[in-house]
Amino acid sequence: MSLLPLLGVLVVVLGFAARLNPLLLVMAGAIVSGLASGLDFAGVISAFGKAFNDNRYVSVTWLVLPVIGALERAGLQERARDMIARIRGASVFSILCLYLLMRQSAAAIGLNSLGGQATMMRPLIAPMAEAAGEARLGALPEKLREDIRAQAAAAENVGWFFGEDVFVAIGSILLIKGFLEQNGISVEPLQLAVWSIPTAVLAFVIHATRLYVFDRRLVRASRTAPEGNRA
Amino acid sequence: MIGIGAVYVFAGLVFAVIALLSAGDSGNPKRWANTAFWGLFALSFLAGDYLGDFGNGLLVLAMVLIAGTVGLGIGKNQTTTVQQRGTSARLYRNKLFIPALTIPVVTLIGSFTFKHIALFNPAQITLVSLSIGVIVALLLARVLLKQPIPAAFQEGRKLLDLLGWASLLPQMLAALGAVFALAGVGQAIGGLAAQAIPGGSRFAAVAAYTIGMAAFTAIMGNAFAAFPVMTAGIGLPLIIAKFGGDAAVMTAIGMLSGFCGTLMTPMAANFNIVPAALLGLHDRYAVIKAQLPTAFLLLAANTVLMYALVFR
Repeated sequence: MSLLPLLGVLVVVLGFAARLNPLLLVMAGAIVSGLASGLDFAGVISAFGKAFNDNRYVSVTWLVLPVIGALERAGLQERARDMIARIRGASVFSILCLYLLMRQSAAAIGLNSLGGQATMMRPLIAPMAEAAGEARLGALPEKLREDIRAQAAAAENVGWFFGEDVFVAIGSILLIKGFLEQNGISVEPLQLAVWSIPTAVLAFVIHATRLYVFDRRLVRASRTAPEGNRA
Repeated sequence: MIGIGAVYVFAGLVFAVIALLSAGDSGNPKRWANTAFWGLFALSFLAGDYLGDFGNGLLVLAMVLIAGTVGLGIGKNQTTTVQQRGTSARLYRNKLFIPALTIPVVTLIGSFTFKHIALFNPAQITLVSLSIGVIVALLLARVLLKQPIPAAFQEGRKLLDLLGWASLLPQMLAALGAVFALAGVGQAIGGLAAQAIPGGSRFAAVAAYTIGMAAFTAIMGNAFAAFPVMTAGIGLPLIIAKFGGDAAVMTAIGMLSGFCGTLMTPMAANFNIVPAALLGLHDRYAVIKAQLPTAFLLLAANTVLMYALVFR
């Protein structure tokens, strides 16, 4: 077994750390690993081209952007903000914790498409979380508003990742079952789903606690923010 | 039958429109770079199956060089002002949510029902459903909210310009994963991991498996790529064969340990890098930073859980 192909991994890891353009370093990583494994340059380009073509479905998700853009043009973000600003007692914590719970529960019963960074987070949930913060704490500086949006995106990911495996028919459960069968071990998808529950519960508890801590920090930071930074 | 081929044609046409709109945007200093980039994206969707492997390789190389050296610009398109959006929001109120929720709802219903209809190819039915949801939502936005279809494409271009290079990264990383697999990166890492483990302790074996899953997932950007390698390298020979652990517990929690790695890495671009761009965050790693403490705490919790449950 040769360790030379790992050079491509090294290129990618160092490149990300140095914040180089990710497209260039992914291409470079593929070329280095491919050459190290004995392919010639044309062979690497062909292998990458084939894989790129086979994975076009990954980019199909961008088709939602014209719709999201049209709705934002019509005031979708503003409507999401208005709704939340009218709810007394809404906070960044309550909005994002509720979203985390809903996202995780929906994923756990197989409703995976009810969410998404482009379809839910950008036009709806992130503006709602920001509005909740500003309704309670007054206008916030841009840095804190960015922090809120980053936390919103994180809640989407955590909710989805640690909800979906509780559902029996999801890809990762089927992958596990198939892999174990190849190795002569038979498990039922339901067993795998059940053993995913403890982690799902812990994920919710840990992340909800972190959202609470973030909210407290936000309250403190908004008090100490210099007036000049306020919009 | 309507299948993924029709979806690719639809996507190709949308990207072609984006390229044309970019070409007509004299307010973008890099408009020709944008035109070429989105034009090549359109070509890939429309003609990728006819270009051959080397042709597709040259196509993606050209896209990478355009976005990585010349760089993509941000277009200037006419859009509504903040005041107009506020007025429109008060006019349409909750009607605004109907087209927004149409996409997930149609995708959901389509995923469950379209496979029973002979017109549709059951493979990749989710993407077919998503595309239909997009078309229905566009029409609803036209009818309910009076949003012209051309304006939708201008707004779509604005969001794609905001993404810039990040729009290509998820597909690039998927292709990188395939090339890594071809080059034997998985076996090399699995071999290294298996050598690094002292055979003695049960806890060491469990920790090596959960942490290995997270680390390898972080490198590959995908728990599915890490799972077979780590499970064959550490899980099966040590936790199950040597110490008699339970396969269902080990693999379920092992996969979820991999997901902790997904939260940590820019290699999982569609989850971690794309949202930072979509939400206009100045730090491209801001989402990862928001996730890191959860990822590490949950990885530790998974390790303890597996140790407590797998040897019952």
